[in-house]
Amino acid sequence: MTEAQTPLRLKTGLAEMLKGGVIMDVTTVEQATIAEQSGACAVMALERVPSDIRKDGGVARMARIDIIESIMGTVSIPVMAKARIGHFAEAQVLQQLGVDYIDESEVLTPADDKFHIDKHAFDVPFVCGCRNLGEALRRIGEGAAMIRTKGEAGSGNIVEAVRHMRQVMKDMRELQVMGEEELMTAAKDLGAPYELVRMVAQSGKLPVPNFAAGGVATPADAALMMSLGAEAVFVGSGIFKSQDPPTFAAAIVKATTHWNDPALVLEACRTVAAAPMVGLDVASMEPDQLLQTRGW
Amino acid sequence: MVTVGVLALQGDFEAHARAVLALGHEPCAVKTAADLAGTDALVLPGGESSTMLKLLREERLFEPLREACTSGRPVLGTCAGAILLARSVTNPDQESLGVLDIAVERNGYGRQRDSFITELPPGALGGGPLEAVFIRAPVIRETGPEVEVVLEHDGRPVLVRRGAVWAATFHPEMSGDVRVLEAVLRSGDP
Repeated sequence: MTEAQTPLRLKTGLAEMLKGGVIMDVTTVEQATIAEQSGACAVMALERVPSDIRKDGGVARMARIDIIESIMGTVSIPVMAKARIGHFAEAQVLQQLGVDYIDESEVLTPADDKFHIDKHAFDVPFVCGCRNLGEALRRIGEGAAMIRTKGEAGSGNIVEAVRHMRQVMKDMRELQVMGEEELMTAAKDLGAPYELVRMVAQSGKLPVPNFAAGGVATPADAALMMSLGAEAVFVGSGIFKSQDPPTFAAAIVKATTHWNDPALVLEACRTVAAAPMVGLDVASMEPDQLLQTRGW
Repeated sequence: MVTVGVLALQGDFEAHARAVLALGHEPCAVKTAADLAGTDALVLPGGESSTMLKLLREERLFEPLREACTSGRPVLGTCAGAILLARSVTNPDQESLGVLDIAVERNGYGRQRDSFITELPPGALGGGPLEAVFIRAPVIRETGPEVEVVLEHDGRPVLVRRGAVWAATFHPEMSGDVRVLEAVLRSGDP
């Protein structure tokens, strides 16, 4: 495969347009319509939301093409879709279909236990998950145009997304106070490309937009992630596994926009009278139940 | 120095704030009607117009913003911002502030795979070629008799103005070239 023609700036450009917004997981056209009407800035088409993948088990793959296509034909906002880690053929299919962004996602069952997709080879932009700066920079090195925390998808528990966002921020702060001569060893320790490490040491931020994902279930969860430095929020099971999806969706959108105004976050929380999705205690999960450890 | 209010409900409002700073002016995030007070000019950024529209209504910011956009302040809307300023919006039909006499088709070029970067002759803006970044951009299908077409691409208007109210279907804020914003802010001078 040859190097794609699309410059990184055009790929990160769409991510810039999604900032301050909420990207919602949807599995049907009806859900996509609810998401759009509730103020989502994009939707993520997938076969099953993460909490169902967790519950039902089996191999989780790219969504059915007819469903993705009908969602693309229905909503006017960008449509993303998930491909399995390393499954470049799924990604080629999604690119051919014309989706606006691909999530090379640990939520699906990995297709390659060693290598991620060479994302430079694609014109369509990619988002990838991370738990720390080294993982973020490896994905960016492979061509990702947006980074999100992995969190623990389908758990309804924000603790892992918080841990991952704090870790990325801490790793970046540490680079900023290092001398030039320390950066090569830092790159080795992080397992990250040296040039990207230098870039972060100088700028103090990732060279691509940095979003939050994995466990957002309430408006206050979204406000928390924005306060920790996320530039936008992905919500997976949190909307369509709640008892009142349109209200949850609108409230999470409002809390994401007004994250630094507690009076308006309160207003957002007040609109929600139904129960959020049931959450899981991540600390008591068996290691093989964790999705975040997928990816290398 | 002027204070430029940047609508910050959703979208690339930070890129606009950086452009305002680069010109030596003061950006101010506008999320509620109270934030409009004290702004000398306004920017409506790129992003998703349907999301912004919903939040504008919810915060009861729609009418105050419309009034602010017709107050004679310089106003620049880029991409989604241009959609918000328009008289009418299609694909799908959508409410808008109606402060600039243009008809706009959302996603008129297509999806992300149809996004592109090009160079435009600078016309009245002067200087060398102007980089223009189009991302899932809208197309201006009609312009009213009093609307001036400042820049075109492939025979389509991409930067238009009436008085101090300007709309671009591309993203000057993503190019580090402040000529468009400079011209907008100058257009408010009596």
